[in-house]
Amino acid sequence: MDTTYKQLPPRPINKKKQLSHWLIMIVTVAIIIWSCTGINFGGIKSTAAQIAGAIFNGIFHPDWSYVYDGSGEDLVSQLWITFCIAFLGTFISAIISLPFAFWAANTRHKKWYVSRSGKIVLAVIRSFPEIILALMFIKAVGPGSAAGVLALGFHSVGMLAKLFSEAIENLEDGPNKAVTAVGGSKFNVIMFSTLPNLMPALISNTLYRFDVSIRSASILGLVGAGGIGYPLIIALEYRQWNRVGIILIGIVIMVVTIDWISGLIRKKLV
Amino acid sequence: MANSEKPMIELKNVTKIYDNGTVGLKDINLTINKGEFVMVVGLSGAGKSTLLRSINRLHDISKGDIEIDGESITKAKGKNLRLLRRSIGMIFQSFNLVKRSSVLRNVLTGRVAYYPTWKTTLNLFSKEDNQKAYEALQQVDLADKVYARADELSGGQQQRVAIARVLMQNPKIILADEPTASLDPQTSLKVMNDLKMLNEKYGMTVLANMHSVDLARQFGKRVIGIRQGQVVYDGQMKDTPEAVFTDIYNGGDGSEEK
Amino acid sequence: MSQTDQDLMNLPKKKFKIMNLIWVILIIVGLFVSINVTDTHISVLFENFSQFTDIFVQMAHPDWSYSSTVFPLLFQTLKMAVLGTVIGSIVAFIYTLLIARNIVKNKVLTGILRIIMNIIRTIPDLLLGAIFVAVIGIGPVAGIFALAVFTFGVVVKLFYEAIETIDPGPIEALTAVGANKLQIIWFAVLPQIMTYFISYVLYAFEINVRSSTILGYIGAGGIGLYLQETLQTFDYAKTGTIIIVIIVVVVIIDYISSKSREALMK
Repeated sequence: MDTTYKQLPPRPINKKKQLSHWLIMIVTVAIIIWSCTGINFGGIKSTAAQIAGAIFNGIFHPDWSYVYDGSGEDLVSQLWITFCIAFLGTFISAIISLPFAFWAANTRHKKWYVSRSGKIVLAVIRSFPEIILALMFIKAVGPGSAAGVLALGFHSVGMLAKLFSEAIENLEDGPNKAVTAVGGSKFNVIMFSTLPNLMPALISNTLYRFDVSIRSASILGLVGAGGIGYPLIIALEYRQWNRVGIILIGIVIMVVTIDWISGLIRKKLV
Repeated sequence: MANSEKPMIELKNVTKIYDNGTVGLKDINLTINKGEFVMVVGLSGAGKSTLLRSINRLHDISKGDIEIDGESITKAKGKNLRLLRRSIGMIFQSFNLVKRSSVLRNVLTGRVAYYPTWKTTLNLFSKEDNQKAYEALQQVDLADKVYARADELSGGQQQRVAIARVLMQNPKIILADEPTASLDPQTSLKVMNDLKMLNEKYGMTVLANMHSVDLARQFGKRVIGIRQGQVVYDGQMKDTPEAVFTDIYNGGDGSEEK
Repeated sequence: MSQTDQDLMNLPKKKFKIMNLIWVILIIVGLFVSINVTDTHISVLFENFSQFTDIFVQMAHPDWSYSSTVFPLLFQTLKMAVLGTVIGSIVAFIYTLLIARNIVKNKVLTGILRIIMNIIRTIPDLLLGAIFVAVIGIGPVAGIFALAVFTFGVVVKLFYEAIETIDPGPIEALTAVGANKLQIIWFAVLPQIMTYFISYVLYAFEINVRSSTILGYIGAGGIGLYLQETLQTFDYAKTGTIIIVIIVVVVIIDYISSKSREALMK
C-alpha cells in the first residue's frame, strides 16, 4: 500500500483572466482614491455630534402635541396629504402607463422599431429625476401638493409602463387569437382578452409602485411640492428637534404600514 | 481488531429531545472501540443521523454524556470543543463542499482547526499541507482535479474530495452520514472502499449510517440497529443473520414502546 | 361530475365580483378625496400647461457653453456616489453577517438588529440628505453620509436574504472540522456569496448616482446645487444643460454597471 506521491504541480495560470482581475482591482482602487481627493472631511461642523445627539433625543422625546391639533398643519393631516399625493400620483401614472405599455410591449404582429422606440422613451422618462420634474411643475402650477401629484404621476410612468409592458409580453397568445377568430376587432381583443388576463399583474405592479410613491411623496415637500417633507425641513431649519423626531417616526410608521398592507394584498392576488 | 478494546466513543444514557418535543434519541448506551468499522442501520427518521450529529455535537443532547477518547464533548466549550471536533471527521450525504472554491482549497479546509484564524484568512497554509492535500487527492484518485472548481466534479468525485478533506483533518474517528445515498452503485462502492482504506490503513474508527443493507453487510464489522431513537440491535456483522435486517427495516410497526 | 364542477366554479366567481365592486368604489372615493386634499384639478394642469411646455421648450435649447462650468461639480457628484457606496457597503457587509440567522444563532440580537435595519430602510435618500445637512453642515460630506446610510439599507436587505439562502452544507462541514466562527464565515460563507455582494454594491451604486445628482438641491453637495441656482434665476437653458448631463451620466453608469453585473453572475 506504500506509494510514493507526486509533487503538487503549480497552479495553472490563466494569463488573460489574471490580467483582467488585476486590471479591475487597480481601476476600482484608483476610482476610490480619486473620490477621496478634494472632499474636505474636516468641514464637519463642530456641533455635529451635539446636533446628532439632539435629533436622537428628539426621536425618543417626540413632540406629541404636534401629532394632531386640528389646524391642518399637524402631523396626521400632513401625512394624510402625503398619502393622497401618492395615491393620486400613482393612479394618474397607471392610466398614462397603459397606452405606453402597449406601445413598448414586444408582442407579435408588430414592427421591431415600434416597441424599441417605446422602450427608449420609457427609459428616458425613468432617468429624468423626479425632483427635477417636481421643480418644473412647481414653476408651472405653483408650490403645493398639485405639483407633487403631477411630478409623481409623470415620473412613475417610466417604471410602471415598463413593468406593465413586461406583463403584456408574458401573456399567452391563445385568448387573443380566440377573440380575433370569432371576428373581434383590435379594440375587442384588448377589452375582452388582454385586459382581463392582465388585471392581476397590473394591480400588483401598481401597488408596488404605490409603495415607492409613498416614499417619494414624503420627500417632495423638501423642494416645496407638498406633503410631510415641508414641515420636516422647516423643523430642521428652526432646530425643533422634538418635532423632527415625531415627523420621522410618523414617516416610518406610515411607510411600514403601507408596505405591509400592500404586501398582504399582493400576496392574495397571486 | 476488536482486541484493542480501547473505548473511542462512549455514550452514556444519551437522550435527545428536540425543541418541538420530538424524541430523537432515547437513553442510549454505547461503547465503540478504537479501530472499529460500525454500521448504523434503521429506517429514515429512526434517529441515525441524530446519533451521528450528537457525537460531534452538531446537535446538542438533552441528557447524558458523550466521551471521545476519554474526554467529554458534552461539557466541552469554545476552543476545547473545536479541538475535539478536529479529532472527528465527518462525511455527509450531500458532500458539503464549498462549490465555488477549488478542490485543493476544499481539501485544505480540513486543516483549518490546526491554524490560528489570521493565518487561514490570509491563506497561509504551509507548503507541507499543500503537498499533503495533493497526496490525499492522489489517494482518492483525483490528483488531476486539484485545481478544478468543486462544482465541476461529479457527485462521486465530490464525495471523494470530501474523503480527502477528512484525510487532511487526520481525525481519530470518522462519522459518515449516508455517504452513498446520493450516488450510483458503482461510485458508492468506490467511496466505501475509500472509507475502508481510512479504517484499515490509518486505523480510524468509522461509524457510518447506511441505507443500503448490501453495502452495510459488505463493509461493516459491527451492526447497530436503531428504531425510534433506541438501540434495538448490536452485534458483530458476521454473527448477524439476515432476519435482523428484515426486522429492523420492516418490524417498526406495532412495536411502540412508550 | 361535470355538473358539480360547474357549480363549484360559479359560486366564487360571484363573490369575487362583489369584492371587485367594493374595490372599485373604494378607489373612486379615494380618487375624489385625494383630488380634494391635494387640490389637483385637471383645470390646474391645462391652465398652466402652456407654462410647463414653455419651460420644457427653453430647457430643450440647452446652453452648451455652460457645460464646462458644470463638470467640476459633476465630478464631485460622482465622488460622493463612490464614497457613499463604499462606506455604506463596508458597514452593510459586517452588519449583515450579524443579522443572518444561519451565522448568528442569537434570535434576540438578530431580531433587534433587523428592526433597526428595517427602520433605516424606510427613510428616503433625500430625507437623509436633509437630516445630514442639518447635522454636519452644507457640503458634499453630508451627501456622502446620506448616501452611505441609504446604501446600507439597500445592500443589507438584499445581502442578508442571499446569505440566508446559501447551502448550509459547507457551514456544517466546517463546524465539524473544528473551525471557529471567523473561519466558518471565511471558508464556507464568503465563497458562496461574494459575487452577490459585489452585484448588490454595483446596484446600490447605480441608485446612488441618481440620488447624488439631486442631493445638491438641498445643500448636500454635487451638481444639484447648480440645479437650484439656475431654477431660482429662471435660467432654464442652463437647467436644461444640467439635466441632459445628468441623464447622460446616469444612463452610461447604469449601462456599465448592469453589464458588469451580468458578467459577474455568469
